[in-house]
Amino acid sequence: MRPSAVRLLNILVPIKRTVDYAVKIRVNPDQKGIDLNVKHSMNPFDEIAVEEAVRLREKLKDAVKSIKVVTIGPPKSSETLRTALAMGADSGIHVEIPDSAPAPEPLGIAKALRAVIEREREKGGVDLVIMGKQAIDDDAGQTGQMLAGLMDWSQATFASKVALDVEKNEANVTREIDGGLEELRCRLPLVVTTDLRLNEPRYASLPNIMKAKKKPIEKLTPKDLSVDLAPRIETLKVTEPPKRVGGVKVANVDELIAKLKEAGITAVKS
Amino acid sequence: MLRARCVIPHRILLRPYATSPGPHALVFLEHREGALDSGSLSAITAARRLGGEVTGIVIGGPDQVPDVVEKAKKLKGLTKLLHSTSPAYSSQVPEIVSPLFERLLSDGTPFTHVVSAHSSSAKSLLPRVAAKLDVPAISDITSLEHDGSSNATTFTRPIYAGNAIATVRAPSSIGVKIFTVRSTAFSAAPSEDGSQVQVEALDPVELADAPTQHIRTDLTKSDRPDLAVAGRIVSGGRALKNAETFKATLEPLADVLGAAIGASRAAVDAGYADNSLQVGQTGKVVAPELYIALGISGAIQHLAGMKDSKLIVAINKDPDAPIFQVADAGLVADLYEAVPELVEKLKQQ
Repeated sequence: MRPSAVRLLNILVPIKRTVDYAVKIRVNPDQKGIDLNVKHSMNPFDEIAVEEAVRLREKLKDAVKSIKVVTIGPPKSSETLRTALAMGADSGIHVEIPDSAPAPEPLGIAKALRAVIEREREKGGVDLVIMGKQAIDDDAGQTGQMLAGLMDWSQATFASKVALDVEKNEANVTREIDGGLEELRCRLPLVVTTDLRLNEPRYASLPNIMKAKKKPIEKLTPKDLSVDLAPRIETLKVTEPPKRVGGVKVANVDELIAKLKEAGITAVKS
Repeated sequence: MLRARCVIPHRILLRPYATSPGPHALVFLEHREGALDSGSLSAITAARRLGGEVTGIVIGGPDQVPDVVEKAKKLKGLTKLLHSTSPAYSSQVPEIVSPLFERLLSDGTPFTHVVSAHSSSAKSLLPRVAAKLDVPAISDITSLEHDGSSNATTFTRPIYAGNAIATVRAPSSIGVKIFTVRSTAFSAAPSEDGSQVQVEALDPVELADAPTQHIRTDLTKSDRPDLAVAGRIVSGGRALKNAETFKATLEPLADVLGAAIGASRAAVDAGYADNSLQVGQTGKVVAPELYIALGISGAIQHLAGMKDSKLIVAINKDPDAPIFQVADAGLVADLYEAVPELVEKLKQQ
């Protein structure tokens, strides 16, 4: 038996499978969406979230009882869960939606996460949710804040530093804000969303990838969670952005200055 | 039984309201050190496009609100100005500010839209408010159109780091449409002396036991124009080697042009420049008159933040760098030779 004075933390990390960040996407000619037959990987901000959870355990040792990753997505999202397990998470939950289903909205995802957290209640609950600040496909950046709102929990968005004080049941979080940094003290349970600066995610080693194959993944459906993931905002069309007519090269600095002058740009008088 | 009896008369009472309310936007006016954020001024312009009333709201501490209200009531386009003051509001922690918005926007609210700049504080606050009201939110819109007859609003917004544009429609079933505005896509609402709007104070919603406490804010001090609103930007990438060269190379050029300094993610990650200077999908989105990219290859994440600039100039050693595909004037050269020469020749003009 562990001494009961020590609080044990359960961390939940929601992750998303997205088109790989390096892929140059193509808009489908029917203007219904983009070509998804391309390389996918874990949303980069979510990798940072998984890494942070694993680092918290490395720092706090036994105070972190579990790291659970959850994804809500098509069948192939289970690969993304395996990646997170290989990075050091203990177990996964896959809320599976059919490939043909429209992409859920952040509010739907937040409600599904709320339902997952409620299911976890009997297994010790969730004290800390760490997730990416935005997914690089829809670029919405809403899910964490929505989840915190639904749960009535504290939230720390765009985190670049997280210091947990398990005894005091709180966390000091440094956030990246417009023009600088801000520090907050948040009571647990807490939702943290990660900024790029939080950490440098590790690569999963081969032995860990092998081990991850044996880690449990629980499969659920939106129905199991009694959530409706149908989008409420209609996507009318997806188009290519207007093309820039750039690509003009100049031979030297003088020509460059001539170009600037042509555009009405000259030095300012100081 | 009792419940049914209560609901029916209530509905009848509300009906005249619900049939033709006309759009009424609530614009979250942000401020810092007594000045209104320019992003909020763009949000007013966006709100006016809805074609109805536009109410501004200023929230802050007792030492902040009076000054800001004085400035905000001169803003052209506002029909009304609300303000709420509490010591607890001085740092705008979402958990503390959100209840005020929930009260303003709950059943029977006159507001049909909530508008703000796509700033770090609004990005933190508005999705929380939206979830409390059980409505979806729309981020970073670049255009909008409201159809009064169907009470639906259509927006465009960039997705996939600006490599695709989604046109989305918030139907009438979404009672309050909450969205943030890409500031560079809308001009700033001007101030006008003499145009006095009706000002009304709102009682703050005091939270007895807030779960989050603000400790401190560290702002990066700079004499240069603010990156988000600068007309000219000189930006540096990984090729700048280190923080000293970054400064020594970019600053003279920024000085001579009166420009703000920006950076690519590579330069920020390598520690050459501060985080707040990052331009791109995960940093700031800018659209200045002139954007000079020095030693920046032009990854899609960086282009997402600057490709709407009017004139893009690139100086790079690598003739195949993707930045040259968007540059209006690209110079293949060693930037350590080209930039000083450029500075000298600009000075001589």
